[in-house]
Amino acid sequence: MYNGGKIIIGLIIFLAFVAFPLYYNIGKVSVKPEPKLDTSVIQQLKEKKCVEPKAYMKAEHMKLLNEWRDSAVRDGNRLYINSEGKQFTISLQNTCMKCHSNKKKFCDECHNYAAVKPYCWDCHIAPKEKEI
Amino acid sequence: MLEKALTGSRRYWIWIFALLAITGIGFIFYLKQLSYGLGITGMSRDVSWGLYIGQFTFLVGVAASAVMVVLPYYLHNYKVFGKITILGEFLAVPSVVMCMLFIFADMGQPMRFMNIFLHPTPNSVMFWDAMVLGGYLLLNIVVGWAVLGAERKDVPPPNWVKPFIYLSIAWAPSIHIVTAFLYSGLPGRDFWLTAIMAVRFLASAFASGPSLIIILCLIVRRFTKFDPGREAIQALGKIVTYTMILNVLFLGFEFFTAFYSRIPGHMHTFEYLYYGIEGYGRLIPLMWTSAILAVFSLILLINPATRRNEKTLAMASAAVFMSLWIEKGFGLVVGGFIPNPFEKITEYWPTMPETVITIGVWAIGFLILTVLYKIAVSVREETVGIEVDR
Amino acid sequence: MSISRREFLKIAGASAIFGLGGMAIINEITDDIEASQFSPGPDALIAKRWAMVVDMRKFKTEEDYRKIIEACHSIHNVPDFGNPKDEIKWIWTDTFEHAFPGQEHEYMEEKLKRMPFVLLCNHCDNPPCVRVCPTKATFKRKDGIVMMDQHRCIGCRFCMAACPFGARSFNWRDPRGKDDKGRPFIKEENKEYPTRTKGVVEKCTLCFERLAKGLKPACVEASNGALIFGDLKEPNSEVRKVLSTNYTIRRKAELGTMPSVFYIIG
Repeated sequence: MYNGGKIIIGLIIFLAFVAFPLYYNIGKVSVKPEPKLDTSVIQQLKEKKCVEPKAYMKAEHMKLLNEWRDSAVRDGNRLYINSEGKQFTISLQNTCMKCHSNKKKFCDECHNYAAVKPYCWDCHIAPKEKEI
Repeated sequence: MLEKALTGSRRYWIWIFALLAITGIGFIFYLKQLSYGLGITGMSRDVSWGLYIGQFTFLVGVAASAVMVVLPYYLHNYKVFGKITILGEFLAVPSVVMCMLFIFADMGQPMRFMNIFLHPTPNSVMFWDAMVLGGYLLLNIVVGWAVLGAERKDVPPPNWVKPFIYLSIAWAPSIHIVTAFLYSGLPGRDFWLTAIMAVRFLASAFASGPSLIIILCLIVRRFTKFDPGREAIQALGKIVTYTMILNVLFLGFEFFTAFYSRIPGHMHTFEYLYYGIEGYGRLIPLMWTSAILAVFSLILLINPATRRNEKTLAMASAAVFMSLWIEKGFGLVVGGFIPNPFEKITEYWPTMPETVITIGVWAIGFLILTVLYKIAVSVREETVGIEVDR
Repeated sequence: MSISRREFLKIAGASAIFGLGGMAIINEITDDIEASQFSPGPDALIAKRWAMVVDMRKFKTEEDYRKIIEACHSIHNVPDFGNPKDEIKWIWTDTFEHAFPGQEHEYMEEKLKRMPFVLLCNHCDNPPCVRVCPTKATFKRKDGIVMMDQHRCIGCRFCMAACPFGARSFNWRDPRGKDDKGRPFIKEENKEYPTRTKGVVEKCTLCFERLAKGLKPACVEASNGALIFGDLKEPNSEVRKVLSTNYTIRRKAELGTMPSVFYIIG
């Protein structure tokens, strides 16, 4: 190996850089996210069901939101009929957030944990919440 | 070959670090623009494109002009340009990079630039402009690198480059024609709505680019052991002469059409730029400087004695470059928006942050140019005295 | 087996590209919820070609103008930056010579000369803004509305250069911000409608969100019959009746963009 020493030093520096997030976070306790569903609107619902099954919403809500966005804005279709035949008005502010009015506990809890920053709230107005 | 850029004189490193420092300052202001929004610039609802898009438009021309040295050499076997084709190709690379950076600086949502490719829209000239610019950048990097690499090993360039060279010759004018179409296809902007726009763009490109190459050749000869050759510089001088004459003529044609037809919409912007309307005339001094520089350069260029003298040729080249930089990099873009669609006048002048960001982008361009030229010149210095034939 | 460094780099590069590409494909084919459907909804107002007639005879007082502008700008969270440089407007007024440049002459009736005309996006049949947009962020709906998808806008402002009517505004700064005196640019947010973010273009959308609920555009509702809204392709619609019994003009018709906003001058 030519320049073996230099290469090895280089590799060590590289590894130190790559492993930075690991040792930076050593010893820091990260709280497991626990999104909450208990808003007064949800509690008053007879049947506590979202627009689609919970498992699907958990895994694919971002996809559904994208579909809703394109449907409402681009195709002019504001009505969503779900797999059970129930109807919903497509609107982030007026449908989703009317039930999930606890954005901080419902959205941000996981998003912060996973360090995803959806740009929804740059434009869409989040519901008013009491400071916790 | 990149290692050639890592060894250099003290002066080389001072220059490099100075450019890096300017880039850094520009970047700080760019971050400021990102957080405040484009309102930090002098642009407004009425003049919605300004210095950034002007610089972009001008630099597309500089990039396209590489073809003026590549074409005579490869298509007409004009041996004199053999030594400087690489200077043309390596000027195109930073020019296109700067074009892209200026577009980036001008975007309201730069993080979303991939949308152009995620939602391709062939009916938009902007989509095509992104395509041809990207393609042209790749072509010039590939061709320049392959040819220089072969030269360093003292072998003829590999055969696979040839098709790319011919493609780049056809591609070069297309980038500037497409850029002209950004403007000349818009209803309601009478100043831009002219079929001559594309040829005007080509003429100004083939004057401003080669005039810059002349200056760069003289600098390279002054500071390195590589001599591009007097004959090559003189040939470039002739190219600049003819294209600059055409450029001034085309501008004259625009004046004729506007002022002989007396159609108000076609006259308004010219009046604003050169005489002022209703007391507004912020661009008058700039536009007249451009006009005077154009005349001055033509006097030096057309007169054979001053064209042959490299000192006066350098002055003429600088005058051409400055004149066209003002006319195309500023007046043409800003002028199109004045008066606005309501025939009202809103003026434009770049702000300090906008200017600093612009200078920062130029510094990045010069940095890339310096590195590429350093590599090219170092390879040439190695092979000085060896007959160049490729 | 021994491979050269060059070979290794080639293979590494190729696998990286395939790896990334493969991920995109897998993302694409993951399960969709089946049997879900989208539709305009039972109340939605539907037309083949929406159009508007502005009856200038019915505008008498300043209040008549203020009402319609206020109706639009308040429900759509249109910010007021307090200066013309950053200005955003969806519906506004201007004098005859600026609304219809080239049509004015110096001997015109004094009243007409000074009368403010209601201006908004023309929702052209042949919109130049849509033609130039590199991302389809602005597009024409089947019912003729020239629509903005602010999620997709990259803020290149090509559409602003292309629009011959000055109907488009850009968010030069954050519309949710505050001025030097701490006053928010959006006086009172309408919680039912989003704001925009800095760096995107916006304009009148003919209240597509109200049409979906079966309501006419806000300006039409507030205009007391001065703005007439309807389907151009429906022979019995009110707009068609008004157009066939009155002399109407359009802005810059000579450019061939086919505006869908008509004006009854008087």
